[in-house]
Amino acid sequence: MATSFLDKLPLPEFLKPAEEGPHYGVVGDFDSPEDLLRAIRTLRVAGFTKMEAYTPFPIHGIDEALGEPRSPLGRIVIVASLLGLASAVLLQWWTGAVDYKLIIAGKPLFALEPSVPIMFELSVLFGAFGAVFGMFHLNRMPTYYHAFFNYSKAGGASNDRFLLAVEAADPKFRGEELKTLLDSLGSRHSELVEA
Amino acid sequence: MADLAIGSRIELNPPLVQGGMTYADVSEKISAITENKPPKQWYYLITISSLMTVMLFGCLGYLVMTGIGVWGNNNPVGWGWDITNFVWWIGIGHAGTLISAVLFLFRQKWRTSINRAAEAMTLFAVACAGIYPLFHTGRPWRAIYWLFPAPNEYLHLWQNFRSPLEWDVFAVSTYATVSALFWFTGLIPDLATLRDRAVSRGRKILFGILSLGWRGSSTQWRHYELAYLILAGISTPLVLSVHSIVSFDFATALIPGWHTTLFPPYFVAGAIFSGFAMVVTLMTVARWVYNLQNLITTKHLENMCKVLIATGLMVGFSYGTEYFIAWYSGNPYERFAFINRAFGPYWWAYWTMVTCNVLSPQFFWFKKFRTTPVLMFIISIFINIGMWFERFVIIATSLHRDFLPASWGYFKPTWVDMCTFAGTIGLFLTLFLLFLRFLPAIAMSEVKGVLYQQIEDGKGTH
Amino acid sequence: MNPIVQINPTQIAGKQSTGKQYWRSLNEAAETPEFQQWAQRAFPDGVSEGVTVDGASRRSLLKLMAASFGLAGLTACRRPVENILPFSRASEGYIHGKPMHFATVAALNGSATGLIVECNEGRPTKIEGNPKHPYSLGATNAFLQASVLGVYDPDRSRQVMRKGGRSNWDEFAAWARSYFNADRLGDGAAMRIVSEKIVSPSLEVVKADLLKKFPKAQWIEYESVNLDAVREGAALASGQDVEPHFLFDKADVVFSLDCDFLGLDSSSILPVKQYSRRRRVEKPGDELNRLYSAEANYTITGGMADHRLRAKVGDIGALALALAKELNVSGAELKVVGNSTDKARKFISALAKDLEAHKGKSIVVAGPRQPAAVHTLVFAINAALGNIGQTIVFTKLAEERAKPLEQLKQLATDLHAGTVKTLIVLGGNPAYSLPADVPFADALKKVAVSVALTEDENETWAASEWRLPQAHLLESWGDAQALDGTASIQQPMIEPLYGGKSVLEVAAILAGMEPASDYEIVRSNWASQGAPAEREKKWNAALFDGVVADTKSAMVTAAVDAKKVFATANAQIQPAPAGLEVAFYPSPGPYDGRYANNAWLQEAPHPMTKVVWDNVALISKKTAESLGLKDGDVVKLSKDGRSVETPVQIQPGHADDSISLFLGYGRSVCGRVGQGVGHRVEALRTTANFFSASGVELKKTGETYEIVTTQEHHRMEGRPIVREASVEEYKKEPGLIKEMAESPNGLTMFPFVDYSKGYQWGMAIDLNSCVGCNACLVACQSENNIPVVGKDQVQRGREMHWIRLDRYYTGSDEEAQVVTQPMGCQQCENAPCESVCPVAATSHSPEGLNDMAYNRCVGTRYCLNNCPYKVRRFNFLAWNKDVPEVRKLGFNPDVTVRMRGVMEKCTYCVQRIEEHKIAANADGRRQLHDGEIQSACQQVCPAEAIVFGNINDPESRVSKLKKQPRNYEVLGELNIRPRTTYLGRLRNPNPELEKENA
Repeated sequence: MATSFLDKLPLPEFLKPAEEGPHYGVVGDFDSPEDLLRAIRTLRVAGFTKMEAYTPFPIHGIDEALGEPRSPLGRIVIVASLLGLASAVLLQWWTGAVDYKLIIAGKPLFALEPSVPIMFELSVLFGAFGAVFGMFHLNRMPTYYHAFFNYSKAGGASNDRFLLAVEAADPKFRGEELKTLLDSLGSRHSELVEA
Repeated sequence: MADLAIGSRIELNPPLVQGGMTYADVSEKISAITENKPPKQWYYLITISSLMTVMLFGCLGYLVMTGIGVWGNNNPVGWGWDITNFVWWIGIGHAGTLISAVLFLFRQKWRTSINRAAEAMTLFAVACAGIYPLFHTGRPWRAIYWLFPAPNEYLHLWQNFRSPLEWDVFAVSTYATVSALFWFTGLIPDLATLRDRAVSRGRKILFGILSLGWRGSSTQWRHYELAYLILAGISTPLVLSVHSIVSFDFATALIPGWHTTLFPPYFVAGAIFSGFAMVVTLMTVARWVYNLQNLITTKHLENMCKVLIATGLMVGFSYGTEYFIAWYSGNPYERFAFINRAFGPYWWAYWTMVTCNVLSPQFFWFKKFRTTPVLMFIISIFINIGMWFERFVIIATSLHRDFLPASWGYFKPTWVDMCTFAGTIGLFLTLFLLFLRFLPAIAMSEVKGVLYQQIEDGKGTH
Repeated sequence: MNPIVQINPTQIAGKQSTGKQYWRSLNEAAETPEFQQWAQRAFPDGVSEGVTVDGASRRSLLKLMAASFGLAGLTACRRPVENILPFSRASEGYIHGKPMHFATVAALNGSATGLIVECNEGRPTKIEGNPKHPYSLGATNAFLQASVLGVYDPDRSRQVMRKGGRSNWDEFAAWARSYFNADRLGDGAAMRIVSEKIVSPSLEVVKADLLKKFPKAQWIEYESVNLDAVREGAALASGQDVEPHFLFDKADVVFSLDCDFLGLDSSSILPVKQYSRRRRVEKPGDELNRLYSAEANYTITGGMADHRLRAKVGDIGALALALAKELNVSGAELKVVGNSTDKARKFISALAKDLEAHKGKSIVVAGPRQPAAVHTLVFAINAALGNIGQTIVFTKLAEERAKPLEQLKQLATDLHAGTVKTLIVLGGNPAYSLPADVPFADALKKVAVSVALTEDENETWAASEWRLPQAHLLESWGDAQALDGTASIQQPMIEPLYGGKSVLEVAAILAGMEPASDYEIVRSNWASQGAPAEREKKWNAALFDGVVADTKSAMVTAAVDAKKVFATANAQIQPAPAGLEVAFYPSPGPYDGRYANNAWLQEAPHPMTKVVWDNVALISKKTAESLGLKDGDVVKLSKDGRSVETPVQIQPGHADDSISLFLGYGRSVCGRVGQGVGHRVEALRTTANFFSASGVELKKTGETYEIVTTQEHHRMEGRPIVREASVEEYKKEPGLIKEMAESPNGLTMFPFVDYSKGYQWGMAIDLNSCVGCNACLVACQSENNIPVVGKDQVQRGREMHWIRLDRYYTGSDEEAQVVTQPMGCQQCENAPCESVCPVAATSHSPEGLNDMAYNRCVGTRYCLNNCPYKVRRFNFLAWNKDVPEVRKLGFNPDVTVRMRGVMEKCTYCVQRIEEHKIAANADGRRQLHDGEIQSACQQVCPAEAIVFGNINDPESRVSKLKKQPRNYEVLGELNIRPRTTYLGRLRNPNPELEKENA
């Protein structure tokens, strides 16, 4: 059954995997990125669409192979930065020229020049938050349970194994046949993984 | 075959990962550090450093209870070691971001084995730096919240956003936050590795939670890589802005010796210079303690030495420029300030600075110095000292003799000044040692990426 | 305790133990053994108990107020009985929280100065000069400013004691009644009374009574610093006892022979008032007087001089003779004078011509250090120049002239002979200040009966059998005469804090007068004649004005027989013998020792050396080189068996082979502040060599001593900070002072704030009249509750004075000239300090003031760094933490006492500005008129060099001054637009000598 460390965790019920039920998919285990890529390409040709690769480091070309779209993160970051910029201008203008006017060194109540540093800093700060939390959002992190962890050798993905999951959601999904197919593509250990 | 590939290429261009390591070896070697008992040197070091940290808090307590008077600060020298140390620490921090961000953008693969530690160094340096702007104030218990734009009932006043010190508040806090985010983001995949290797229940839970459920799926990698790229992208201008703004503390003041447009680039160069020096100091030691020669190769060290020569020359050039401008401006106060700097009561500080910062890096023109860790270590220490003196010279010598000779004075540090400074070094070392002990000091996923490249290239040569 | 946190002078003085004891809470101290003997002194009587025994148990303000009312209340219930009248408004109109002002008088060195004292809730807090008093004209000096601190000095004598045990006034009175009568003392031949110089007519009456009772008794009026030689000279010259008055405002040419008449050689500030009147310039081409000075030490008079000749104190007489010769009245060829004989000859001949040209409009004056013969000669020269009756007038002396030195010589022999049985000290500290050859301190211990009435626990107090606490001048009734005889009544502001009695009262007790109340005596003395109603009116008027009508003594015409005088002078006066000489000068700090426990004066920098908390022996560079001495070397000076050890310091412009020593330091029994501060030089002083001694041996001890100064660099480095020009240059080219630095001429990157409406405060300081006397510095300290930090902290560069006096030397080290510049916050319109404060704790008021919000300040010290004048002061430590409770009564309630960690600085006395604005609003929103508001420094300044006012009013004095062509901004080129500007200094050199210098 599920060998994920998560079983040993005192996790709330809803996070626990359902004992029986639909499968997550078939996961194959490859020695090298090359084998993995080869497998993916073949399966794509075979018409599989719902596939996910699990690797210890990003492998270039894999996205193209899987045919995944570009990440929308850039747009999130730009919006966040502009937000930061606006808030900086607002803060300095409102506090200095509206809410509490003070004559300081005979200088104007608000001017752009001295405001630039803080404008820049806040844009960067908000931008950084956008990038990190945006990424968390897109990757659904943190999520402490994922059916993939039910795969017996899931740990390899963070070490030196290159895994490929064909998900049950795939219209062409055929549990047992897939296992043999993956084995034939060089998978060391293919397994039908519970959801 | 990877071994073959590497073997065949060694003499041409030494690969970044040596000793024929495999992906598994990388995980094993780096994770092992956090999983096994540390070597005894580690215990020696942490004992000393944590004692120094205790001393730091003792000094700060005494300072807050008694007043700034326990330091040497006086009139006219309102800032002494406090701001000197602040700028010094911030400067050191910069190399971390630079290595992880700028070199990343320039696709400098050799950064991979040092960027993690360098980023950690940034964080800890900024933590040490942050102590000073807060505690150098006469009433830190007020400063701690009056410096931030939160409306307060006590006095409904806002901050003065024309003040470079207020810019500092934003710059430094932003810098600290972004560096922390950047660092943690980089850690996530490695934390997952530790999670998956974990045997003890405690480590399983701990790293399970920290890794936020990272699976290494291609989708995750896709967003992750972009996020990392963007962080690197915005950290680069950030790191430049932070030290520029720190330099505004001086450049926007009207004190001769401070009031210079040269400061921003000059300070940034100095920051990178001192930062890399500190990285060399730490890496040469860490490399020796954990014998990571295969991962932190002499190539890494040599590259850093080259950066040191470059930035050292920039700093030296700035020193020269200052004098030229002072002379060229025809401003008698400026002229005096710089003559006084080199030949006044603080001549010794000035010439220490020049020797350490301009002369000592010149040794790196010789390959022997660039490749012998011991020599590098020694020179890097000199540079650290020199860069501290640079800040001290700028602050003390400009302040102690300004416009009206009647108000001229002299600054002498007290034992509290010295112990506080030593204390921050202790804090820094403690944090760094803890980091080495409990977190992957080298970015495993990135190293694996580099290893993959090598294998690819290796195939190419077949 | 850690040296770094030695902040209050009580600890600096190295007397922590007792220092701390005072303020320990009772339950803590009660067990300790020293508590027993301490307690005796801590509880003199009920009144002080309330306020003094406190401390650790931090009292709330309310409690403190209550305590002060304990005192004020008593004063209050005394008031109706004794009718002291407020100067400004009647006491019925007393409004709680509003200060009241009373006229009184203080005497220093035999001359009275009229005062107006500000009282808050019955506590005197600030002293000002009385404009109606001829010797104050509204101004005061540093000593009088600081004397208010003396009231609250916790180290004052607080308990009647006999043979070290506790006693009280009743016991003393009873004892006195039984002792001071004919059958015990007979004709009083064995009784000696020593007091300070008496200027109180009432006391004279009591003295007369006492001496009637004991005809053979001797009453010696002794002042360690005095003008006796001058009076003696006048007497010898004129043949009668007269008081000479020098009218400096009438003189075009003044020659000062070793006379610091602008400083400590005058007993009042009148000469400064008069002299500065002749230095004031409205427009180019105005006439100035010309001041020549010949002196050994560099005094502030020398600093003001247009021509200064360095000469040993012993050579002054010879110079006077030479001058007489030059003026062909008689006199002798100039005998060898030091090493600068040629220079001296040229100087004298040029001077003589100048004096000739100003017959009847010149003054030659010699200092109190000079022997009577020299003074006689000087009066003769003045007579020859026709100055007598013109610039120098005489009045009759109140009573026949005392000769203290003769009396002291007599006393010395009597004491040795042991014929003295009863020694009585009424005020002062003779055991410390008498010449070394009078064994007074031992005598006090030896004689059968010794009675000492002293203000503080000093050497005399310690040596006496009866120790009586003396009331402070602000605590007791009395009266005092100014030099010209003008009398004033001394009113108490507060019930004696420590139950002291005045000299008057104690003298009355000795004389067995009934009643012995000082009020009764004074009152009966001044309002005894005439109808009761008439009396009442006269009395009230006297109290109200602070001056008793028509008490001025009559002028006397005194002819001087020049011939006779010159004959004797020729014979008596010799040039100084070769070798080292020492001369004794009063010190600007403790004066003659009486202010040794006054922290304000101890920390006020010496006007010339800028030394604080110390006295040093001043020598010339040349002398130092020849003896191989450098600053801080400790030397042993000895003459006929007597010797003193003191550190030396090189003084530019000091005469060679002359050593200047300053009196009043090295007190062995003193309060926490003054204990052991400096070195006692009185040990070299004898009745024979009272003011100076020649043939002194100097030996290096090899030790060095740390001298602390508030100014470490003494040259202007060619910067246009203090700007000078000669009258001629200024006449030719009025713009030159302004043009010494280029000005931004209103160039700006952003529009300036509009300050054209309403009041706009500004200040102008005339460097031409400022003599650099420190009065403003101490006045500011008193007005603004400025803390004292002590020697150690000054050495760390943390003095807190809001206004400092920058002193620069120009020219060579030998012939250095001096300029001083009062430097407070310049209230820049584009203040560099404001733009850098992250929390906006300092910002500008619409009236152009650079305000500090103390409770907003977090203390980054960035403003201090960015202030080009470095006039901001930071509370590096909690300066006010260890302030004795009783001293807190003296704080100015209108000014915050700043806490540790905040920045502070000059505010143009904003509390005064606001007070007057409120008052003006109260009387129908009227416009403030010019001069209505005076800053503390302006009000005290005897030279009227500081003018504050509204620069928006073209008619105000400050606006007019700022319109003068010699008006300039220090560092104006930085475009920070300071509101304080300076009027360039003008010198008026003698063209003939100018050639010499060139």
